[in-house]
Amino acid sequence: MYAFDYHRPTSLAEAAQLLAGNPEAKLLAGGQTYIPTLKQRLAKPSAVIDLGRIAELRGITEEAGGLTIGAMTRHAEVAGSPLVKRVIPALAALAEGIGDPQVRNRGTLGGSIANNDPAADYPAAVLGLGATVRTSKGRAIAADDFFTGMFETALEPDEIVTAVHFPKPEKAAYAKFPNPASRYAIVGVFLAKTAGGVRVAVTGAAPCVFRATALEQALAQSWSAASIDGVTIDASNLNSDIHAQADYRAHLIKVMAKRALAAAG
Amino acid sequence: MRVSMTVNGKAVSGEVEPRTLLVEFLRNQLGLTGTHVGCDTSQCGCCVVHVDGVSVKSCTMLAVQADGASVTTIEGLAQGGKLHPLQQAFHEHHGLQCGFCTPGMIMSAADLLQRNPDPTEHEVREWLEGNLCRCTGYHNIVKAILAAAQTMRGMAKAAE
Ligand SMILES: Cc1cc2nc3c(=O)[nH]c(=O)nc-3n(C[C@H](O)[C@H](O)[C@H](O)COP(=O)(O)OP(=O)(O)OC[C@H]3O[C@@H](n4cnc5c(N)ncnc54)[C@H](O)[C@@H]3O)c2cc1C
Ligand code: FES
Ligand code: FES
Repeated sequence: MYAFDYHRPTSLAEAAQLLAGNPEAKLLAGGQTYIPTLKQRLAKPSAVIDLGRIAELRGITEEAGGLTIGAMTRHAEVAGSPLVKRVIPALAALAEGIGDPQVRNRGTLGGSIANNDPAADYPAAVLGLGATVRTSKGRAIAADDFFTGMFETALEPDEIVTAVHFPKPEKAAYAKFPNPASRYAIVGVFLAKTAGGVRVAVTGAAPCVFRATALEQALAQSWSAASIDGVTIDASNLNSDIHAQADYRAHLIKVMAKRALAAAG
Repeated sequence: MRVSMTVNGKAVSGEVEPRTLLVEFLRNQLGLTGTHVGCDTSQCGCCVVHVDGVSVKSCTMLAVQADGASVTTIEGLAQGGKLHPLQQAFHEHHGLQCGFCTPGMIMSAADLLQRNPDPTEHEVREWLEGNLCRCTGYHNIVKAILAAAQTMRGMAKAAE
């Protein structure tokens, strides 16, 4: 690891100020992605700004019938929360399936979506539920505008995710085909029936999480496995790597969509 | 930077660089070499310790992040010279061969049993997702954890 300065602000305002005054600085949340990156010397920040002691970034509250979850809320807190299990059980189940218990005890919602790993789980829930990402600049970014590419988001370099608001769906479920070693998604499908229509978000399959519009249209006509069977998934934009070929991923999208449908009811 | 924390019930402090990992602080500065490092990729779980009561990978946390925290390592489990029921069960059920993964396995299992005193075999196997063992094939590890759970339930009942 290269050497860096370390800051431990206790308020969001202080963190935002440190970040704004220091273009080479990086935020540290749960560290479950960033510390391995630092250890491999893939990053050389001038300073690390630890968000771990900022109480206002943590917690789960019910808001407008849905849920607002602070950026620094750990995966294990979401997985174990009675409130999440009651309002959006699919979200608790998704969090329970991330990595392993020790990763879930440290990793955070904000870190996961800011990182936007193509195989991460949370981006599928944020996009699938049509959530809103709130930031230190007072912006409320719609999920459809937030995930812009591989490891890319709509965040400005000196902008901090503060919370995510998830509206309550009528029905929702997430199904993933995990890589057996890492537990990251080879393909993960988040399915939701919402007030604004059917949403289907796919992670793991392409360079960035995306909405499977053909599946959305088919499921909007009829919420059934037969609708999924009738859709052809275009494999031309999907990933091929040592874990799976694009055509196999295209196949898995439909299989995971059917599993999610069965779980959503 | 100066860090202070409670490690295995004792107040400790030391001078570290911000980039010092918690596991490096424990091993190199405190001489607590029971916590192992088995990988560079945060995947093996040999380094699991408890920070403020929950299991974490001490290779994936900076020492400065644990400033002010209460840390328990494998060295802190035995009480009054008596092995912790998990340690005893690993011994009795042959839950280790080379022993390299064992401290992490036991610290991870201890976190499971404090959340779920009566796990099924499946729940134990799922929980060990982040702990790799190159020797045992996991079978006796799982057996040891289930046996320790039973012993600990008995102890809790006796204490009532
Ligand atoms: C062994 C292992 C297995 C894993 N398996 C999975 C899995 O199955 N599924 C999955 O989805 N993930 C998995 N992960 C990743 C894990 O979920 C991470 O915790 C997550 O991706 C990053 O969150 P973090 O809080 O650890 O962020 P960090 O690692 O601290 O930060 C990640 C990045 O986000 C930035 N950042 C952090 N917080 C904010 C914020 N509030 N605002 C703006 N930028 C911010 C940081 O600067 C950094 O660039 C795994 C990790 C490991 C080590
Ligand atoms: S040393 Fe392998 S996970 Fe920590
Ligand atoms: S006993 Fe050798 S690695 Fe587990």
